[in-house]
Amino acid sequence: MDDCPPVAPSAPPPKGAPPVDRRSRFHGGRWAGPRGAAVSTETTSAGVVTRDPSPLAAFWSSFKENRGALAGLLVVAIVVLLALFADLVAPHAPNEQFRDAVRAAPMWADGGSSRFVLGTDSLGRDMLSRLIHGARVSLLIGLSVMGTSFVIGVLLGLACVAVPGVPGQAIDVAITRLMDLIMAVPSLVLAILVVAVLGPSLANTIIAVSIVMLPRYVRLVRASALAELGKDYVVAARVAGVGRLRLLFHTVLPNGLSPLIVQAALGVSDAILEAAALGFLGLGAQPPTAEWGTMLADAREFIRSDPWLVAFPGLAILLTVVAINLMGDGLRDALDPKMRRS
Amino acid sequence: MITFLLRRLALTIPTFIALMFVTFVAIRLVPGDPVEVRVGERGISAERLAMFRHELGLDQPVWRQFVSYADGLLHGDFGTSLATNQKVLVEFAALFPATLELSAAAMLLAVCIGIPAGTLAAARRGSLVDQTLMGLSVTGYSMPIFWWGLLLIMFVGERWGLTPVSGRIDLIKFYVEPVTGFMVIDAWLSGQAGAVTDALRHLVLPAIVLGTIPLAVIARMTRSAMLEVLGEDYVRTARAKGLPAWRVVGVHALRNALIPVVTIVGLQVGTLLAGAVLTETIFSWPGVGKWLIESISRRDYPALQGGVMLISSVVIVVNLLVDLSYGLVNPRIRHG
Repeated sequence: MDDCPPVAPSAPPPKGAPPVDRRSRFHGGRWAGPRGAAVSTETTSAGVVTRDPSPLAAFWSSFKENRGALAGLLVVAIVVLLALFADLVAPHAPNEQFRDAVRAAPMWADGGSSRFVLGTDSLGRDMLSRLIHGARVSLLIGLSVMGTSFVIGVLLGLACVAVPGVPGQAIDVAITRLMDLIMAVPSLVLAILVVAVLGPSLANTIIAVSIVMLPRYVRLVRASALAELGKDYVVAARVAGVGRLRLLFHTVLPNGLSPLIVQAALGVSDAILEAAALGFLGLGAQPPTAEWGTMLADAREFIRSDPWLVAFPGLAILLTVVAINLMGDGLRDALDPKMRRS
Repeated sequence: MITFLLRRLALTIPTFIALMFVTFVAIRLVPGDPVEVRVGERGISAERLAMFRHELGLDQPVWRQFVSYADGLLHGDFGTSLATNQKVLVEFAALFPATLELSAAAMLLAVCIGIPAGTLAAARRGSLVDQTLMGLSVTGYSMPIFWWGLLLIMFVGERWGLTPVSGRIDLIKFYVEPVTGFMVIDAWLSGQAGAVTDALRHLVLPAIVLGTIPLAVIARMTRSAMLEVLGEDYVRTARAKGLPAWRVVGVHALRNALIPVVTIVGLQVGTLLAGAVLTETIFSWPGVGKWLIESISRRDYPALQGGVMLISSVVIVVNLLVDLSYGLVNPRIRHG
């Protein structure tokens, strides 16, 4: 099939119905009206309507206006590169112990040397190298959690509206109640419960945090799918004989994608924070894994003697999370004009 | 209103049942036999083991165990702690006021700073003040609060020696009879000179740490709600009447902007309780969050189970109250 979701050839959509094409996907799921309302159609001085810019170009021109978002993107790009090439960039192996330099100070402080730029921890491991490798762990957690909860969330959200006759179906009620339940338990408490059952490890951290993150996707998909299902273009597609699955995944889902993308971006930062908190409590990634939260927990007892040990891992978490959040805000402003903050 | 109330109440029942079911199943999935955990490593005779099993109802079929568990919950029996052999509810009730005091202080801080900050940012939209405040807000809700807590301990507590860094009051200097469970009030009731000040000094750092994320969220929310309201006709009318700017913003606009903010404040309760786990652990604050973490390290699963159940119940009830309060805050949404 071609790119365009099918619109009934014999029944053209009524006036005011959104044109369903791929470019519409980048301009918010909710249609305020006909094309011009949501897509910035540029009019030249002669009054000639020019073509819409490509969705990516339109997105970028809006995104780059936001200095915070650009800065966020830059930092995220750096963190991703560090994580990808950790083995090449890091001056030492993350778990290599230098017994002659235990708890060395960073190079600019008294007694520091350029051998260990940010100093070493209580076992003589290079702080900088561990932070760089920690970026790998944190991004791995953030992205796997996002991927898992995104896919399962979309499936569950669509399952809510999958049965014809729309809301109130048994499956809808069951899924909605389950999400209510997950949201009733405070996020970290739920994650702790899951980890207590499964045992503390990196993989179980990912599972636990994914469960915590699930409701936001399910509710978002369900709500936007319900809103879209009543629209004329969906009815038209249905009249044209589009199958149920194709209707959901190919016609409805793309039009609700923008808020989902924003949520997914912000979900990565929440997942990193949550996982670091679990690590800090000793319930996340286990030593000797270089995970930022776990590193903080190890450093706690040296808070008086070696404040650097505490400062760096937390700074790494904060910087990464702020960057992702700034980027997510930029995404929201660019993709979802209705949800603009200002 | 009555119909709405009943419907909303009815909706929480399935959530409660599901919660019971999940905590029940979760605890049975935990590796290790609860009886063996209780008995310890030395082991006991087979008869004693069977007796223990019978005592704990573990020789019953699973469905019957669930029924008796649910029955216990409905009668206020949340199980017995393996570590202390006390009723979970009793332990929880003794520790909960500490968490409540901390959360209330954190929320007070968040509201008292967040709403004025958000209002100021909206009134000076685009200015340096606005940009600074919003930058701080992003930093605030991105904050790993366990690290933030350690930083404050390091600087405010240790280096500058301004505040104590653990506990609720100096136990050597003061003896405070627990009356209300709120240390500040109890200290005042005890009538000892300096006790209230000491309790407040213990409270301030944890409250700042726990209040940081709600503060950031409230400031942001207030700003966007204000911006929306400032464009309304009645604000223009108020300005046209020649009212001073502070009255237009602070009275006419703020009142209406507060409606979504109140909702957010209510919904932060879950965040507060999750944050309390970390904050209490860092500051040795004897509340339910610290207790929950300790029961995990002691493998005290009944305590964990009951604790999760009770904490979640608090969240469910608060969310219910928030829903019901909509009508009070916003007369336009009277549920009929």
